[in-house]
Amino acid sequence: MGSTGLFLVSFLIVHVSINSLIFLNDSGESFNAGAHFMAHNPVIRIVEIGLFAGLIAHIVQAWVLTNENKKARPVGYAMVDGAANSSWYSRSMGVLGSLLLIFLVVHLGNFWLPTKQAVFAHEEHNTFENMKQVFSQWYFVLLYLVGVIALCYHLLHGFQSAFQSLGMNHKKYTPSIKKFGIWFSIIVCILFAAMPLTMFLGIIK
Amino acid sequence: MGSGHGTELNLTLKVWRQKNSKASGSFETHQLTGISTDMSFLEMFDVLNEKLISEGKEAIAFDHDCREGICGMCSMYINGRPHGPKQGVTTCQLHMRSFKNGDTIVVEPWRSAAFPVIKDLAVDRSAFDRIIASGGYVSVNTGNAQDANNILIPKTDADEAFGAAACIGCGACVAACKNSSAMLFVSAKVSQLALLPQGQVERKERVKKMVAQMDEEGFGNCTNTGACEAECPKGISIENIARMNRELMSANIK
Ligand code: SF4
Ligand code: FES
Repeated sequence: MGSTGLFLVSFLIVHVSINSLIFLNDSGESFNAGAHFMAHNPVIRIVEIGLFAGLIAHIVQAWVLTNENKKARPVGYAMVDGAANSSWYSRSMGVLGSLLLIFLVVHLGNFWLPTKQAVFAHEEHNTFENMKQVFSQWYFVLLYLVGVIALCYHLLHGFQSAFQSLGMNHKKYTPSIKKFGIWFSIIVCILFAAMPLTMFLGIIK
Repeated sequence: MGSGHGTELNLTLKVWRQKNSKASGSFETHQLTGISTDMSFLEMFDVLNEKLISEGKEAIAFDHDCREGICGMCSMYINGRPHGPKQGVTTCQLHMRSFKNGDTIVVEPWRSAAFPVIKDLAVDRSAFDRIIASGGYVSVNTGNAQDANNILIPKTDADEAFGAAACIGCGACVAACKNSSAMLFVSAKVSQLALLPQGQVERKERVKKMVAQMDEEGFGNCTNTGACEAECPKGISIENIARMNRELMSANIK
């Protein structure tokens, strides 16, 4: 879980960086250039396959873990005071992950699919216009905000948890890893949330 | 008890009753009056059991032994938490002053496939014994014991090993974990030996065997919620779990 999770985090960094080019507010010129590069570079194509493999591995691992863990407590407690000993999101990674998966299916349908179709048809795809179009609909904006909030909490637990699973827990470094994880989750998610919001509100044109 | 300083409580107790491991079990409600706040939680159960016996009913089965927080037997899941509302204590160290007059207290056994209920609140924790037997031992030389000071151990290692060795095998970590994972217990046992020179001979085999036995017993997987560490009466740190993950990875590579 940890290693595939961290691998997916590396993708998030690339994704949020390129998409943040829209904040230059240059009618999407820089952003479209970045999107074009990502859609046509052969190295990125190979990485993309790895990314999907990593995502599927992450989901399969989660599925197996959840099933095993359910079996480990066939009779549950009548009363559980979970908040007394752990954060709600650390106990809800499966639910948050499932929300993310639903979001992801819609998200791929919104952007990845049209981009692929354009590539196969040898057409130039204007991803910026694509974004503006999707984010002019309030229900997509709402869904994306829900997706981003789920991502934020998923990362809040997942980032530091990955290091623990990989055997890295050190009195000196772990507090910094945890702090970095919190900042990382919040900043990435604010940036992602700002994209549909600013476009919907017409701040980015 | 008997100091005369405590006040008295009237309580409603909802206790899990189960005839044996095969029966399905259910809650039984008892009204308790005049419970001294000086009593320990187990003494409150003693009072209830005496009453039940005098009424010709069957006493509630629960595990206990030392009643001073060192044996780890007193497994009770109280109001949604192992060992009740206080941190860093076992049930026998919990006192009725932690409750208010009129409270309803729900008491359940540890819930885990690997800890089947024997009767009422008593569960079978021999899964822990089998994990220990699978690898929690060290090789020793025959002949005279050598001078203890011959083996140098860095102070930090000694401290960490001692911290891990404080585990009393109570199973609260398993009870608290939403996955019924035994990682805190097993990692404490692995760490305590991996940190010391005496534990080096079996170091790699030990972690592999103990983790394999843990999985075989049907405990769940660790998802790092940290609930175990928060509820452990002996303050065992999840740093031990990270160490065990490290130990296992390096044992598997070799
Ligand atoms: S690690 Fe703590 S909670 Fe778990 S068995 Fe040992 S003492 Fe009990
Ligand atoms: S009875 Fe021994 S620790 Fe509670």
